[in-house]
Amino acid sequence: MREVAIVAAGMTKFGELWGSSLRDLFVEAASEALTMARADHVDAIVVGNMSAGQFVGQEHLGPLLADHLGMAGTPAMRVESACASGGAALRVGFLEVASGACDLVLAAGVEKMNDGGDVTAVLATAADQENEVYHGITFPGLYAMIARAHMTAHGTTAEDLAAVAVKNHRHGALNPKAQFRREVTLEEVMASSMVAEPLRLLHCSPVSDGAAAVLLCPLDQAKRYTDRPVKIRASAAATAPMALADRKNLAFLDAVQLSAQRAYKLAGVGPADLHVVEVHDCFTIAEICCIEALGLVEPGKGRDAARSGLTALGGKVPVNTSGGLKSKGHPVGATGIAQVIEIFEQLRGAAGDRQVKNARIGLAQNMGGSGASSVIHILERV
Amino acid sequence: MAGIVGYGAFIPRNRITSEEIARQWGKDPAAIQRGLLLKEKSVPGLDEDTITISVAAGRAALDRAGIDPSRVGALYIGSESHPYAVKPSGTVVIEALGIGPSVHVADFEFACKAGTEAMFVALGLVESGRVEYAMGIGADTSQGAPNDALEFSASAGGAAYLFGKADLLADVKATYSYTTDTPDFWRREGEFYPRHGGRFTGEPAYFKHVTAATRGILERTGLKPTDFRYAVFHMPNGKFPLAVGQALGFTKKQLETGWLVQTMGNTYSGSSPTGLAAILDEAAAGDLILITSFGSGAGSDSFVFEAKPALVERRGRAPTVRSMLDGPRRYLTYGQYAKYREKIIVNE
Repeated sequence: MREVAIVAAGMTKFGELWGSSLRDLFVEAASEALTMARADHVDAIVVGNMSAGQFVGQEHLGPLLADHLGMAGTPAMRVESACASGGAALRVGFLEVASGACDLVLAAGVEKMNDGGDVTAVLATAADQENEVYHGITFPGLYAMIARAHMTAHGTTAEDLAAVAVKNHRHGALNPKAQFRREVTLEEVMASSMVAEPLRLLHCSPVSDGAAAVLLCPLDQAKRYTDRPVKIRASAAATAPMALADRKNLAFLDAVQLSAQRAYKLAGVGPADLHVVEVHDCFTIAEICCIEALGLVEPGKGRDAARSGLTALGGKVPVNTSGGLKSKGHPVGATGIAQVIEIFEQLRGAAGDRQVKNARIGLAQNMGGSGASSVIHILERV
Repeated sequence: MAGIVGYGAFIPRNRITSEEIARQWGKDPAAIQRGLLLKEKSVPGLDEDTITISVAAGRAALDRAGIDPSRVGALYIGSESHPYAVKPSGTVVIEALGIGPSVHVADFEFACKAGTEAMFVALGLVESGRVEYAMGIGADTSQGAPNDALEFSASAGGAAYLFGKADLLADVKATYSYTTDTPDFWRREGEFYPRHGGRFTGEPAYFKHVTAATRGILERTGLKPTDFRYAVFHMPNGKFPLAVGQALGFTKKQLETGWLVQTMGNTYSGSSPTGLAAILDEAAAGDLILITSFGSGAGSDSFVFEAKPALVERRGRAPTVRSMLDGPRRYLTYGQYAKYREKIIVNE
């Protein structure tokens, strides 16, 4: 397999983008990446998208988006793995380049959620319909059960969960692309409306529109496009049982751990080698579970990480410097690519006020559903 | 020069608190009060509707003007709760007020903007000389579906404005309207309750149109926010008018007199016109007043008024808005409210 580099990135602002359609969002992000690399063609387009069919009634995104980018004719397809669709699209793009099949691939993610769809119902299609959704559960409900299990097993409190939101909003306030560029206090989080006990509104990521795109090429061709390429040292994925009831331990995300073990092995690094990490904090409890499964802290010890500053900017291993899904926003199909873009910028020293000093190795972890799929990329500055 | 020669408002006596509604649906009352800044709202009685509210407000306007009703050449009522789908509200109102039959009458609908729409047309006819006096009314018994966020705000009330060219209570200095096709909120024929696009009703609808109309009228008149003593913006909830007012550069002090929504609710077509009436109840001669309405669909009308000395002399001829908001009230249980709003389905 060839070594693969990311050479350019583009991303819309995340938020309620009432003036932009799905195709507008994609074209904006993709064009920015193409312009950055001064590329006028790609060999393939891979787009991650969870549910355009339900959100805006549009399937068959490959040709649609290639056409609107002015690239009809180019091979283009959509990849789906619920909220991990973006990470999955990057992985497919990575494999296309690594295999030698393509030399320049646009890997993108897009989601248009604010267009009238019943968002809660659409997102619930990422859970097990027969064993979970038909019985009335929603995603906040599933993560609330994970939170309850974590509280029972490890003594985690609602305030511990809230500390994650406080930290990520502090980071997001520094991110010009974030949906919520404002800080929140622990008191505000704890006073926000109850969504699914113990999860309150400010424990949940928002409903967002947005798109993100990166350009991939073989590492030995990267200098054609940029003098600051970032190498993909590992791309790994894993799955776990869809239904929470089928998992051995509700409070632990097996797919995240399995994908991390594979990624660490491929990259030849361990959690202690990471300088900056983006994890899938669709709910604050998810960040706590993810940092445990990634081995950044011991299992059961995730509850103190945000409050102690371990995972804050300036801490030992800053997590979600972008603001995370919580503050930056979570256009589900775009999230996996956006996470990788944050690491890409951090490793290039281009993260502005959020810059982690001397960051050389970073990890992005993207998750589908209630953790049934996980995709991890480890990147390194070259 | 044309302007307001009489005005009046009416708010029903029944109230229901946000707490009572929240309790019914298992919602957190504190979160509602904090999020929407709504404490209670007016509720129409079983014998109150857009017509009775219009009659009460129109009578107060005629009392303040002190003119012979037969001189009113046009009467328009803006509402999204006209009691009849076919047959005007205005015909009942003119008969009750002693206006006509030599009079032009029409019912208007433009979601929550219909009241200022009626005022705009009435003013234009007076300015043109087509009629001597014209009345524009905004009144509603608004609909909000059970367990919808609208249920905390949709209330009942209205205000009437009589326009003429002599003995002005307030001079109209300028108007400005801003309209686009923005379907943020609607009710189709035959449906009981409106539907809305959730958060789409905020930034791209309310804030865009209110901001554009207000900026437009400021530009047209060369006035600055600091030139005004009072301003009132359409009040779909407590938060929006304060947020848009402050973003436009108005202070809380300029906004507080017309900001009635916390205890009145959203009287839809009657909302900003009733806020204007509360301002006229206390304004001094020479005060400049800004009003910007908003109607879903969507559009905003802005008016700049200047209070005249006659306002101070005449306003005592009819009840003030505050006397109706703060005066005798009857608090309903959710059950009584459901009955009054005919939410309980019974056999014929």
